[in-house]
Amino acid sequence: MATSTAERSTAGPGTRPHARRSVGRWFANRLVLFIGILVLVYTFVPIGYIIALSFNQPTGRSATAEFDAFTWHNWASICEPDGLCDSLKLSLGVSITATILATLLGTLMAFALVRHSFRGRGASNLVIFLPMATPEVVMGASLLAMFVSLGFDSILGFITLVIAHTLFCLSFVVVTVKARLTGMDSRLEQAAMDLYANEWQTFRLVTLPLAMPGIVAAALLAFSLSFDDFIVSNFTAGQSVTFPLYIYGSKLKDFPPQLFAVGTIMFLVSFVFVIGGELWRMRRRARA
Amino acid sequence: MAETSGDLRFEGITKKFGDFVAVDDLDLTVPQGSFFALLGPSGCGKTTSLRMAAGLEEPTAGRVLIGETDITGLRPYKRPVNTVFQSYALFPHLTIFDNVAFGLRRRGVQDFKKKTQDMLELVQLDGYAARKPTQLSGGQQQRVALARALVNEPGVLLLDEPLGALDLKLRRQMQIELKRIQTDVGITFVHVTHDQEEAMTMADTIAVMNHGVIEQMGTPAELYENPRTTFVANFLGQSNLIMATVTGRSGDSLVVDCEGQTIEVEASRSHVESGRAWLGVRPEKLTAVPTGREDHAGANVLTGGKVSDVSFVGVSTQYLVAMPWGEELMVFQQNTGQHTPLGHGDTVDLVWSPGHAFLLDAKQDAHAGMMTPEDDE
Ligand SMILES: Nc1ncnc2c1ncn2[C@@H]1O[C@H](COP(=O)(O)OP(=O)(O)OP(=O)(O)O)[C@@H](O)[C@H]1O
Ligand SMILES: [Mg+2]
Repeated sequence: MATSTAERSTAGPGTRPHARRSVGRWFANRLVLFIGILVLVYTFVPIGYIIALSFNQPTGRSATAEFDAFTWHNWASICEPDGLCDSLKLSLGVSITATILATLLGTLMAFALVRHSFRGRGASNLVIFLPMATPEVVMGASLLAMFVSLGFDSILGFITLVIAHTLFCLSFVVVTVKARLTGMDSRLEQAAMDLYANEWQTFRLVTLPLAMPGIVAAALLAFSLSFDDFIVSNFTAGQSVTFPLYIYGSKLKDFPPQLFAVGTIMFLVSFVFVIGGELWRMRRRARA
Repeated sequence: MAETSGDLRFEGITKKFGDFVAVDDLDLTVPQGSFFALLGPSGCGKTTSLRMAAGLEEPTAGRVLIGETDITGLRPYKRPVNTVFQSYALFPHLTIFDNVAFGLRRRGVQDFKKKTQDMLELVQLDGYAARKPTQLSGGQQQRVALARALVNEPGVLLLDEPLGALDLKLRRQMQIELKRIQTDVGITFVHVTHDQEEAMTMADTIAVMNHGVIEQMGTPAELYENPRTTFVANFLGQSNLIMATVTGRSGDSLVVDCEGQTIEVEASRSHVESGRAWLGVRPEKLTAVPTGREDHAGANVLTGGKVSDVSFVGVSTQYLVAMPWGEELMVFQQNTGQHTPLGHGDTVDLVWSPGHAFLLDAKQDAHAGMMTPEDDE
């Protein structure tokens, strides 16, 4: 297609108007493609910057926007800047704990809301949206006030961060898992029971496998929400420093170029997750 | 597990959803080993009844028994009953093999592999064991659903419109197949359907259900030849219903006045003793004879008809005959060559033997159970 139009447009002066029209059509046909590529470029430019700058050797102590010289140094000395790796460890610890807690609680809650009718179900369905709708600043401030009034001010840090992060991840987990459960045919569970599976076996063999994609999606969402949270963490972290807090602090002082390397790693990890998931899906479909 | 054999019995079963009565004081006995059809229009409570037998719905009142064992309060997985669901409900995340083996594994049956394989062969799906349900056609999925229930050799197999989603040709094929399997394995089949033809061709016994109650139960021939209500008369095949009055008795028959003409109906087919009644005759039992042509000794005759419509449908000719009192009656005549073909406007007598009509309660709606176009498939 592309080659045939190219041939035609170089076919000589006699075919000029015809050629111009077909060039116009060629562009018109690919308009969506061009716009798509532009949008992709737009989203990838900042990431490209991060990757490029992770190989930059800045002239001063703090990173700059100019590419001065190529180096592996930032990658080799990720933990060199004071507190960077500690903040990473804290963030990973908080996010993983909060993800596990929020996914567990949220999944149970979603099951309760979808599968059982109890007094106050309507109200619960509504209230669960509140943490999503509350401005994070307000939630952070009120959490801090609560922690202080409960006498937690001396232990502000990991525990309070986990409590806060679990709280705001919870509603996202509930909503995600609920969507999956609502779309599930309850007759499948009835069929399992009809085929001699008791309540627990039915849950383990039918309900859970069918709900799993929703639960995994909810966990990934919770992790990414928790890992890059700044506002609520800023209120509830006390003296401890999570990774987003560390970056923000660095912005005010020196910005160590190692941060670009960490950013690149994070990007690559999520990239691998996405590609891996896609490949797995494709393989499953191919096998099927 | 409960006793695995015996009749399935409903005793005074009622099911209410809020104030709505879906099943009303139902008494029903399904003999062991029979092919039993539960027939009725949409929404009459068929699925609800099945679900109560399977344990998926709790009756508001009454008892469910198998043999002498009361299973009313038993959890579904403790009942010797398996269900083929209206929508199949195959497990989408499991292969065909695992779907069919599900029940056997739960019960810890040792040679579940061989049994599953044999069952897949029986339903002609042995080449599809590794596939997932979404990769099968509708008819194949239907057979998996059947295999998945049947492989457990339950005391009672409940089938909830298992052929509803299939096209006509496949449906006929599966009807024969189901009937063959039931005869082979000898398991009690309770087959729910709203297709009267399906019920009549497959079942030993049919229960016709309407608005949560059983209107009539019997063999297909009994229900067709001697319906007890206008609903059954119209829902199973077609009937001409004529308003009449019982005037007396003569031997084994009731004498009936039908718009001024005297008719006799066998007492065993009369469900009214006296007063007003619907006289019912099936269209194929009527013969239309040109007026005054023959002597009809011993037969019932209604005179004064006029052919108002003729439609030729190959094996038979269907006439509409307008009677003097304004009603149009249907007459189906076999194209055997014995009858003189009639034309539009011919005046005719309608003749039938006294053993072929029935008398129904005049208080019942003459249109009850008639197929409306959207019900007709
Ligand atoms: N869970 C429920 N809550 C309220 N009403 C219900 C429920 N299940 C069934 N019903 C009502 O009970 C009646 C009988 O339903 P059922 O499913 O038994 O009908 P059916 O005879 O199987 O019809 P179909 O041929 O359409 O499947 C219907 O009017 C239906 O609306
Ligand atoms: Mg139904």
